[in-house]
Amino acid sequence: MTETTTTSGTPLLEVRNLEVEFRSKTGVAQAINGMNFTLHAGETLAILGESGSGKSVTAQTIMGILDMPPGHITGGQILYRGEDLLTMGEEKRRKLRGMNISMIFQDALSSLNPVLPVGWQIAEMFRVHRGFKRKEARAKAVELMQKVGIPAAEKRVWDFPHQFSGGMRQRIMIAMAIALDPDVLIADEPTTALDVTVQAQVMGLLKDLQAEHNMGLILITHDLGVVADVADKIAVMYAGRVMESADVFEIYARTANPYTKGLLESIPRIDGAGERLRAIPGLPPPLTDMPAGCPFSPRCEFATELCTAERPALREIVPGHRSACHYAEKIYAMSAEGTEEARA
Amino acid sequence: MSLNPQSHTTGVVDPFADAEVVLDVKDLVKHYPLTQGVVFQKKVGAVQAVDGVSFQLRKGETLGIVGESGSGKSTLAKLLMRLEDPDSGSVAFKGQDFLSVKGEELRRLRRKIQIIFQDPYTSLNPRMSVGDIIGEPFKLHKDARPAQGIRNRVKELLDLVGLNPDHINRYPHQFSGGQRQRIGIARGLALNPDVIICDEPVSALDVSVQAQVMNLLEDLQKEMGLSYIFIAHDLSVVRHISDRVGVMYLGKLAELGHDEEIYSAPAHPYTQALLSAVPVPDPTQRGHRQQIVLKGDPPSPANPPSGCRFRTRCWKATDRCAEEVPELMVRPGITQLAACHYAAQNEDVAAE
Repeated sequence: MTETTTTSGTPLLEVRNLEVEFRSKTGVAQAINGMNFTLHAGETLAILGESGSGKSVTAQTIMGILDMPPGHITGGQILYRGEDLLTMGEEKRRKLRGMNISMIFQDALSSLNPVLPVGWQIAEMFRVHRGFKRKEARAKAVELMQKVGIPAAEKRVWDFPHQFSGGMRQRIMIAMAIALDPDVLIADEPTTALDVTVQAQVMGLLKDLQAEHNMGLILITHDLGVVADVADKIAVMYAGRVMESADVFEIYARTANPYTKGLLESIPRIDGAGERLRAIPGLPPPLTDMPAGCPFSPRCEFATELCTAERPALREIVPGHRSACHYAEKIYAMSAEGTEEARA
Repeated sequence: MSLNPQSHTTGVVDPFADAEVVLDVKDLVKHYPLTQGVVFQKKVGAVQAVDGVSFQLRKGETLGIVGESGSGKSTLAKLLMRLEDPDSGSVAFKGQDFLSVKGEELRRLRRKIQIIFQDPYTSLNPRMSVGDIIGEPFKLHKDARPAQGIRNRVKELLDLVGLNPDHINRYPHQFSGGQRQRIGIARGLALNPDVIICDEPVSALDVSVQAQVMNLLEDLQKEMGLSYIFIAHDLSVVRHISDRVGVMYLGKLAELGHDEEIYSAPAHPYTQALLSAVPVPDPTQRGHRQQIVLKGDPPSPANPPSGCRFRTRCWKATDRCAEEVPELMVRPGITQLAACHYAAQNEDVAAE
């Protein structure tokens, strides 16, 4: 199953039917259950989901930093420029990691080494991967720190992570991630731990760097606002599977999935107070005990017997817009109507 | 400086204008000393966590407090709970001085002001059953013991917050985050309080569950006539639930007014920047909204700038801002209270 390519050529990154499970004494948790997406150069893909939906596991699997065991990749392919990362030798994969695919983590304080100066940690990238001498590497580190907007970088290069504020630490993480000029950057909740004014700064920086280096950016987040601001396309995840994927404008205007619809209706809007929120009842199912049919069916207002019996496949509703719902066309027509009304 | 809510409501209908004032806070100050030395501790400075905060809360009303980390919003919650003693200022609960009461009388008053914490994972004792957690307030306040027995009352409370009363013997780890937050709410409600301080009550929850908890808080407010002080960093959440909103920056209120005034016509530059930085879940707005990106980080509350505390990041700042502390008051052209010499409405950044 491949997605209709909007951009020509081989995609930068393509994930096909990826399946990951965690095995423990108490049972098997299906963390990812058939994940599909493509990413082209210069494109931003947002993977949106709540906790436990499998969005971070997806990132870890692509990076090759998933803990195995308990994690097991039970199926699928991850193609980087047409080459499968999952069957590649460890040596080759390690070279790709950091050089071609790199990642920014949510919590910069615990991702940086507390006993080494930040400059040393950034310079390490050049020493290890590029074989730079100490002095050259240090100069590169200062240059990168300036690039990500750290004031007085020359002086602060030997400071330790705890001497920086949250926003500055995230900038240092970004500097390390872009050091070797990667094609694919995975940002796992990069601004969740930051205040809004700082979030705006960091997202702005990420966008600028992406444009400058023509990177493919995978933005993993739970924030529908951030997604609307920066993403080109979205994959909405729920209980380890993609529920809906489409262009960002399409999904906010005309969703074809009850889960996405529920999410969009349940968030309070800053541009309109008052009305009661339409909460989604219930909780996501435990990953160790998934319902036989659609994983969202126990919480879905449109669910019928078909939904509890048969798991809907992710299928194309209109070109470029996919949804995993038996009643996707109905939901699509409903939300399209709602948008028309709102415009009128 | 007028804190009378009626005086600044031109154009905005205030449904709580005649309601009883349950909490009257005046000039609350809390500085934490910074010391140096091991044996002889010398005071070398102070973290000015809360520095002169005043507001009123009326019956049935929700006052939202927004601010970034370090703005002093959680310290304010602790002061209102008397978990910390303020350096100066006053808090009156229904006309009675809350800060000077002691002993038995304090215990009695404490019942009336309760708190719900942010993290439902760490604020519940993992070794106590839900029945014990929610019933504990009755053990401390023996004269408030329910006539029908503690267990029956706990079951009632569980039902009230939407949990199954049969789960009274379960332990916190058997519940999800949203359900745990409901347990925290039930515990807060046990003693029939008048005021509930909600300190980031939905920040740790997933969006789909967040809406459930916010709806519950609204229902309970209507049913029991509760007044809320709702502290959060998420401006959309605060707008949804609040009648009035106070914006805090480095221990001071920058702006205070009805949610319409704050969100549609923000007058303080900080509020404007804050609002413009909030991402709106609507991609069609991309590029159409004016975005004010502030430079740098907030200064340390241990060493705040002279005059206006926001001036180091403000694009409007002049020499006057460095010399003169702007008072929180109604200014020409606006109806809300703003602590800025150059306060002016800016509809360009308003959240419609």
